[in-house]
Parts: sequence; structure tokens; C-alpha cells
Amino acid sequence: MTTGFWHQVSAVVHRDLLRERRRGDVLWITIPFGAIALLLIPLAVGTDAILLRQIGPGMYWVIVMLFGVLVSVGKASNETLPQQDASALLGLDPAAGFVGRATSATLLLLIFEVVVGVVAVGLYDVSIIGIPWLIVTLIIVAIGLALLGTLTGSIVNSTSAGTALVPLLVAPLSVPLLLGATQSYEGLRLGHSILSWVLLMVAVVLIVAIIGVLTARPLQET
Amino acid sequence: MTESPLVELDGVGVRIGSTQILRDVDLEVDAGEVVGLFGANGAGKTTALRLMATLIRPAQGTGRVLGADLTSPERYDVRRRIGMIGHTPGIFPELTLVENLLYAARVAGVPSERAGEALSAVGLGGAADRLAGASSHGMQRRTEFARELMIDRSLLLLDEPHSALDRDAVDLVEGLIARTAAEGGAVVVVSHDRDRINKIASRTVELAGGTLS
Repeated sequence: MTTGFWHQVSAVVHRDLLRERRRGDVLWITIPFGAIALLLIPLAVGTDAILLRQIGPGMYWVIVMLFGVLVSVGKASNETLPQQDASALLGLDPAAGFVGRATSATLLLLIFEVVVGVVAVGLYDVSIIGIPWLIVTLIIVAIGLALLGTLTGSIVNSTSAGTALVPLLVAPLSVPLLLGATQSYEGLRLGHSILSWVLLMVAVVLIVAIIGVLTARPLQET
Repeated sequence: MTESPLVELDGVGVRIGSTQILRDVDLEVDAGEVVGLFGANGAGKTTALRLMATLIRPAQGTGRVLGADLTSPERYDVRRRIGMIGHTPGIFPELTLVENLLYAARVAGVPSERAGEALSAVGLGGAADRLAGASSHGMQRRTEFARELMIDRSLLLLDEPHSALDRDAVDLVEGLIARTAAEGGAVVVVSHDRDRINKIASRTVELAGGTLS
């Protein structure tokens, strides 16, 4: 008897969310630290309300990028070799494992974005404009960071270089997402079309997703 | 049932990084056999099991497991028929014992009812909702044996299966080994307990310096 790809994906998502519920890494560690980081910035640059309103959106996205990648890399690399072996011998398609881990990381990142977003609005008096497009941007960024972090985590797991590789791998690929997110917000604020920035982020998401799925098997082998 | 050996290794070598772990290994395991694999610490026993589980590709030689070439993508198709229990339990400590089995059932495409049945069969029916991380090593190993009972395996690879188990659990393990062999599968058991393995194995082989004798 064989199971479908998506059935395996849902099994991995369910497993990862259960593990997170019991460990609380994101809810009790990452989210509070993200909020603290946003809180510390005004202490460093001053509490001028106009300045904070100007830099608030950018700071929010930087925090989302940095903590988001940490969340998804952490989720992707927190399986021991015996756990990975056991899953492989259940017949888990490596690509289904990749998509499942990225999906659970996406859901956690969405929670992170919303909670930290509320803090950013409260601290920096950031205006919420163009809500439908803002939601689209939040979802695309969450998916992109989750895919990027999951791919990086898979590479980290499969090489002896370990976590030292993470910044080198993540930095160049997360730049288009950061640019897309900040420029989308700016476009919404100024009333310009943000379609080109959304398409840029979607393109990054698709590229990373394709690379992740295609390299899932080779990365499991190394 | 396949007529050809379930495991065929011909001059196989395995390198991990710059270290040659196995060299020139020849081994055939036929259906119905229980093979005991002995060797000192560091002899390459665990690597040999992971090789037979298709989780490592050989650097030299050729190998087939359940008919699948160890270097071709067809090895992915046979993995679900291979069970392996190593030193460190391959279960998730944050999940309960039954959740671990339900995860395994969902991935392997086994009806979820079998999870509870398998857990009861290894004497853990009353501890189903206990977190794996809060369970003893012996209970974790029993859970792994429950997983192997739940999924029909043709090849069972066991690394020190008797360690951390009480008398009842040892009987369960030996029952699983006998059942797998009787149903036309094969079992390779790594152990330091020669007396016990000599009683249950069809034959034994010794791994020394990365080579079988």
C-alpha cells in the first residue's frame, strides 16, 4: 500500500506542529525575542515619534527576516539521524518531507508575523494600509522564508559545515524578499502599484520551492 | 516472495568523509534467514546496517537490497519494506508513544487502528499517551518494535535489539524476528551477545577492520 504525496505532507505538518506545541520554541522564545528586538530599537535611535513611524515598517521586516529564517532553519534541522532514518524507512518521499517542514514553518511564521506586527503597530505607530495586499505580502514572505530556511536546514543537515553555512546561504536569497516586502509597503503608502514587487517575491518563492523539491533526494543522500 | 537473495553485496566499500568504513564486503542474505553480525566497537556494523537499509550508497562494489540497486533511485521504492532499529531510538520525544506510531502509520499508509493494536501487542497499551521523551529507554525501544509490527517488513535490521529490554520484551523481539523470517523475510541482527544470537540465527558473520569474514 502506498500513500500519496500530499498525505505524507500532511503527516509531517501534523508531526511538526505537535512537536512545536510541546516544545514552544516559537511561541515562548522566538516571538518574545522578536518583540524585544523591536522594543530595543527605539532605545538605540531615540523615541522621536516621526522617526519611529518612518523606520517602523523597515525594522519590522528586518526582524521578520532574521527571526523568520532562524525559525525555519531550526525547524528543518531539529531531527536526529535516527529520526531521519526512521522516516526514510517509512517510505517518506524526501520532497514530501521538504514540503511538509516548509508548510509547518510557514504556519508558525504567520503567527510570528502577526504577533510581532501588533507590537510594531503599538510601538512605532505604523499605519496599516492596503490590508488585502498587506496580507498577501505577509503570506508570500512567510512562505518564502519558510522555504528558504527549510532548504538551508536541509543543506546544513547534509554537510559537515553545519550551521556556519547558514548566513552565507540565507543572506543573498533573503534580500529579494526583504526588498519586495519593504517596497510593497512603501508602494501601498504612496498609492503606487506593488504588483512588480509581489511578482518578484513570488518568483523567489517559486525558485526556492523548485530547488528545494529537486534537491530533497540528493541532500538526504549526502 | 523474491527468489534472488534479499541482500546481495559484492565487493562493497563505504567511505564516510575521508574514512573508509567498509571495504570489499561480500554478503548474501536469503529469504527466511536470520543472520547474526558480530564485530568489535568501530568495526563498521552500524554502517553495514545503514548500507543494507539503502540509507548509504556504496563507494565501491555493487549491491542490491530487495532487488533494488543501492545506487539507483529504485532503492527509494523498497525502503518501506525495510525496518531498522538502531542504538538511539528513531522516535520523537515530544510526541506521545501512540502519536509516534500514528505518524508512522500515516506516512507508511497503514490504517491508523493498527497503531493502538501494535502498542498493545508490545505491552504499552496503558502508556499510549505518555510522552516518548518521558518514557524509559526500554519503552522507547518497545515503541520502535511496535512500529515494525505495524508495518509489514521484508527485511529487518536490528542493532543490539536485546539491550535495555526486560524478559517479556526480549520474547517480543525474538517473536518478531521469527515471524519476519517465517513469512519469507530476512533479519540481520548486530549484537555482542554471541550466545543469544547463536540460538536464533541461521548463521553468523564477523566484521573486522571493515571487512566480513
